[in-house]
This record gives sequence, structure tokens and C-alpha cells, in this order.
Amino acid sequence: MKKKLLVLALAALMIFAFASCGNDESTSDNSESQGIAKEDIKVGFVYIGAIGDEGWTDSHNDGRLYLEEELGVETAYMENVTEDSGCEDAIRNLIDQGCNVIFTTSFGFGEWTQKVALDHPDLYFMHASGNIQEENMSNYFGRIYQARYLSGIAAGMKTETNKIGYVAAMGIPEVVRGINAFTLGVRSVNPEATVEVVWTGAWGDAAVEKAAAQELINKDCDVLTKHQDTAAVLLAAEEAEGVSCIGYHYPTADVAPNSYLTAPVWDWGPYYVEQVQKIIDGTWESESYWGSEVVKLDTLSDLCAEGTEDAIKEAQERLDSGEWDVFYGEIKDQDGNVRVEAGQSLTDEEMLSLDWFVEGVIGTIN
Amino acid sequence: MLKIVKRAEITPMQSMMQRCVAVIAALAAAAVFMLIMGYNPLTVFWNLIEGSLLSEYRFQQTINKTIPLVVISLGIAIAFKMKFWNIGAEGQFFMGAFAASYFALNFTFLPKPLLILVMFLAAMIAGAFWCFIPGFLKAKWGTNETLVTLMLNYVATKWIMFLQYGPWKDPNASGFPRIPVFDDAAVLPEVFGVHIGWIIAIILVVAVYFLLNKTKLGFEITVVGENIATARYAGMNVKKVLLISVCLSGAICGLAGMMQATGIEHSLTYQLSGGIGFTAIITCWLARLKPVNIVFVSFFFAMLIQGGAYLQGSLQIPSAVSGILQGIILFFVLASEFFSQYRFVQIKKHTPSKEVA
Repeated sequence: MKKKLLVLALAALMIFAFASCGNDESTSDNSESQGIAKEDIKVGFVYIGAIGDEGWTDSHNDGRLYLEEELGVETAYMENVTEDSGCEDAIRNLIDQGCNVIFTTSFGFGEWTQKVALDHPDLYFMHASGNIQEENMSNYFGRIYQARYLSGIAAGMKTETNKIGYVAAMGIPEVVRGINAFTLGVRSVNPEATVEVVWTGAWGDAAVEKAAAQELINKDCDVLTKHQDTAAVLLAAEEAEGVSCIGYHYPTADVAPNSYLTAPVWDWGPYYVEQVQKIIDGTWESESYWGSEVVKLDTLSDLCAEGTEDAIKEAQERLDSGEWDVFYGEIKDQDGNVRVEAGQSLTDEEMLSLDWFVEGVIGTIN
Repeated sequence: MLKIVKRAEITPMQSMMQRCVAVIAALAAAAVFMLIMGYNPLTVFWNLIEGSLLSEYRFQQTINKTIPLVVISLGIAIAFKMKFWNIGAEGQFFMGAFAASYFALNFTFLPKPLLILVMFLAAMIAGAFWCFIPGFLKAKWGTNETLVTLMLNYVATKWIMFLQYGPWKDPNASGFPRIPVFDDAAVLPEVFGVHIGWIIAIILVVAVYFLLNKTKLGFEITVVGENIATARYAGMNVKKVLLISVCLSGAICGLAGMMQATGIEHSLTYQLSGGIGFTAIITCWLARLKPVNIVFVSFFFAMLIQGGAYLQGSLQIPSAVSGILQGIILFFVLASEFFSQYRFVQIKKHTPSKEVA
């Protein structure tokens, strides 16, 4: 595990080195080694949703508040930013107001962030969930698929109809990876169970998400989970009889107290503090971060099936040992073809470009 | 008991006064609202001005937001002048953007000026066609244009959504549903840091002013709007006037879509309009359909939009609050419009002393 990270970091460094060879001009005027005084730092966040969504945006906003508390730096944010030129507007507005460190927190913000980053070589940019790196722009994300796998165990042990529903936004590799990891978790404890996917086409549209959840409930699914920014799927589960749910992004037991099992959640605060501290110290360098430190599984509720805690603990230990990861063979795809041989595993690159479903998933990638 | 009666004509001076009172009342109400929310209203107002005007970048942003508002308002004004209630600017905007994008994505081998020109014409034709449909239906069968134009908005938006999630989806975006970014050849050039749409907008203001006030067609539009019977009696071809002017209206709205796609977004998305097709109905109406007024009203609204975004960053006011602010101002100004045309009178009841049954 650690080794893989190291390899990834080295690869990123090499790309970085090549990129900087190709463009000498920008390296000469970089002031990164200087550092910035704490009082002069203003950190701007660009959110796709609204604060209070009890999801993705709240997870980052908690990170922002943690950053303010720990380092005492000034922050600002823009909510409800669209994944189009509205993102560029938002970033430039923040810079105009004195922000010199920018975090943009949605996949579709990547190229807009890059565009502004190239215009401002002296400022620092970090983009969550993307893959673009520039000299002054990092991308960062967490290995949430590991927590997904663990939550799959809870779902697999809970289901009685052996049908689990998954409301998902868009068929990009990040979402596909989550669905696959979850399904592998489910079937590690319950090989009979299937996971049915319904797409919504949007990250946060509560009405559509709820309708999708109800569709799955009508199809007899008795455990629901989601890759969406709002808690609408949990509400649908809470309203239905005998349906459990697993959240995502943010601890939301209070939303669905009678159906909530657990959730893979984010913990961005320490990462934000670390990055901004590096900028203060003048040791910051752009990176492609994909770590396990920023993800965790929410506390298991009392509604989980008996034995869930032990099963999850056992899998967690295997993950922590570094000798095993979610996408270790043998793994078959939907058509029953072996995609990962026993003893083999998916590389980071393969995981980052996943475009096929594992056996047990019902649905197609749109 | 109260009854609503129409006022006698009021002088332009009175009308101005009334509107100023409305704006002041709106600001006062907004101030109370902000106090309740725990913000100092003076700081908020100052931030609105600061955030929309007081730096080169902010001013440019405000202008960027003014341009489409002005252009769409002008398009709507032509139809409204004829009392053809074109609520479909949003749809015409999207169809214009769609037609322009088709050429932007597929004809990049053309030299830039030619490509831009082709996109220009394509957008106008598509917008005109989208407004011709309700115009034709009305001329032929007397359908209600408010409903038809409104519904066609949804058709257009869903069409763009279909393209974005389907046939036009960028194959290089690893599954992310977006339409490819335009080639540089299809991007509007900039003058003084703002895309040349602002020059087009100014030309259109003059052209629409001229059209409505100095040409035969403009006169006919006005007469048809005032009274169709009069127009017929005067020997005007009402249907022809109707169809020509709805096409003009749609063409201008379509043009706005093209400018937004190629000037700002450099691509097409189903969120391209951000609702300006509807906001423009308000700016057009508040400007009393007068092209020059449209410029000022649109600029004011653009200030509210840009200033609202600034508020979020500077005072950490949630984006919803700046929306509410805009709503309050709108509410008061619209109310004043009502009272400038109507008033309440009290009428005495002549009811029998004891009512039976």
C-alpha cells in the first residue's frame, strides 16, 4: 500500500519534472520556496452544492472550518457553483477578493481551475477528485472505495431480498469504482446478492434522486445506497417500510434514524491543514494525492445485522496490513469473464480509468 | 369595500417619482430583512456596489452579465410591443446557441471571420424558427402564444440536455457529460477585455430603437399591439407583421445564445442561460420596452447578480440571500408599476339594513 503510494508519487514527480522541462519560463518566476505569512493567506473554496447539504459540500466545508480553527487563516467560499464557466467566475471572484489559495471541490471544476491556475502562476490551486496537475495545481482525492467496500459488507449482511439498490450520478470512473467496490464488499459476505444501479445524471438533484430511490424500492431492493450529494435517497428509505440505507460523503444518521446503517465518509480537515501549512512554510509542491487518510467508515448503527462489526473489522485489518486491497483477484465482470486473475490486482491507473462493472452489478455504464 | 380602477394617464415625471419611491421602499425592506438575518445593511449595500463596479475585473464581469440581458430584452421588446407575449426567450436562446455550436464543433476548418459569421447567421435563423412556431400557430389557429412559447423552452432545454448526455458528449472527458470545448477559431474575439458581444449589443440597441420608432414596420407593430381592428381597418396585413416581428424577436434571442456560448462558455451546456431568458422578461418590462432604458435596467440587474456573487465571498452571505434581495427589489418595482396604472377606491355599500337569505 505505502509502496504503491510512493510509486504514484514518484510517477507524479516525474511527470511534473518533464512538464517543467518543457516550459522554462514559468519555473523561473516561481516563488514557492518563499512561503507566505499566515496573516497574508486567504483560502478560497468553490463548492458545487450548498452548505448544509449533509453530503459532499458539507464534508469540505467542515474541512474549511477545521482549517480556520487549526491555523487561524482567513477563508472564503462560493456555494452552488455550476460545472461550466460559472466555476471560472467563482474562482476569479475569490482571487479578486484576495484569495491566494484555492480549493475547487467537484470533478467538473478541473479544467476551469487549470485555466485560472495557468493565468496565476503565483497562486496555489488544489482540485478535488480530478486528475489534472500543473506546477501550481494539485489534485487530491481519497481511496473512498475502501470504505465503500466496508459499507458493502454491512449491506450484504443486512439484505433479506438479496437486492440492493444504488442511486448514482454519472458513469465516470470514480463512480464506477465505488459501485464495484461496494458490490465486491456485498458479495464477499453474501454471494447471492445483486446491486442494481439507477443513474440520475446530476450530482445533487434531490427530487430526481428520491424518485430513483423509490424506483429501486419498488423493485424489491431492501438496502439502498447512493453516489449523490444530497440525502434524498436516505429519506426515501426512511419513508419506506423495511428498507435500510447506507449514506455517502457525510455522517447522516440523524436524517434516517430508523434505517441508517453506516456511510463511507470524508475527513478533509487534516489534509487541508497540512497543505496550507506547507504553503506557509514554503515547502508546498503540486501533487496527485490519492490516499486512505481522508476516508473512513461512519460508526455502525444498531440496525446493522449481527456480526457486521466483526466482518468489517476483519476486512479493515486486511486493508491496514497493506497486503490486500479491494481490487485483488479473482474478479469477474458482469459477463462472467475474469478481468483480474487470482494473485493479480488492478493498478492505480486501471482503477482510475475503470469502465466496466464487476459481477453482481445490474445496469450499464451510461 | 375596495375596488380597483384604472388611473388616468400620469405624467412621465410622476411615473419617475413613483418608481424611485418603489426602489427606495424596496431597499428599506431589504435592509430590514438583512437586519433580521444578522447583517449590517449598509455594509451589504456597499459590498454590492464594491463587488460589481469597483475594480476592473468586477466591472468587466458586470458587463459580461449585462450583454445577454440587454440583447434578450431587446428581442422580447419587439414581440411585447405587439402584445405577443413571448415567454420563450430562454428556448430561442438555447436553439441559437445550439445552431451556432453545431458549426463551432464541425466547421473549424473555416477561416475564423467566416466561421463566426456563419455561426451568427445560424443562431439567428434557429432562434427565429423557434419563435416562428408559436407565431405561426397563433396566426393560423389563434393559439395562446404565452403557453406555446413557455412550453417550447422546455423542449429546447431538454434537447440540449439530450445532446450533452448523448450524441455530443465529449469522448475525451472519461464519461463526464459535457460537450467539447470550442476550437479557438469559434471563440468571439475580445475588445477591452470583454468579448465583442458588447459592441453587437450597442448596435442592436440603436437598430431596435430605429426599428420601433422610425420605420413603417415599427409603426405597424405598435398599431397591431394597440388594436388589431384598427390595424386591419388601416389595411395592414396583420399576419405578415406578426410573423416578421416574431421572427425578429426570436432571431435576436438566438443571437444572445450564440454570444453566450462562444463568448463566455466556449462550449454549450444545458445550464448555459442561467435563467437569463426569464430575467430578461423582467428587465424588458421594467424598461417599458424602450431600448435605451433596457441598457440601464439590464446593467442594474447585472450589478445585482455580480454583486450578489461578491457578497458570498466577502461577507459569507449564502447565495440564496442575494437571490432574495433581487426578489424584494423586483416585487416593489412591479407593485409600483401596478399602482401607476391602477388605484384603489372605496365604494360605499348600499346594502339593505337586514339581509335575508
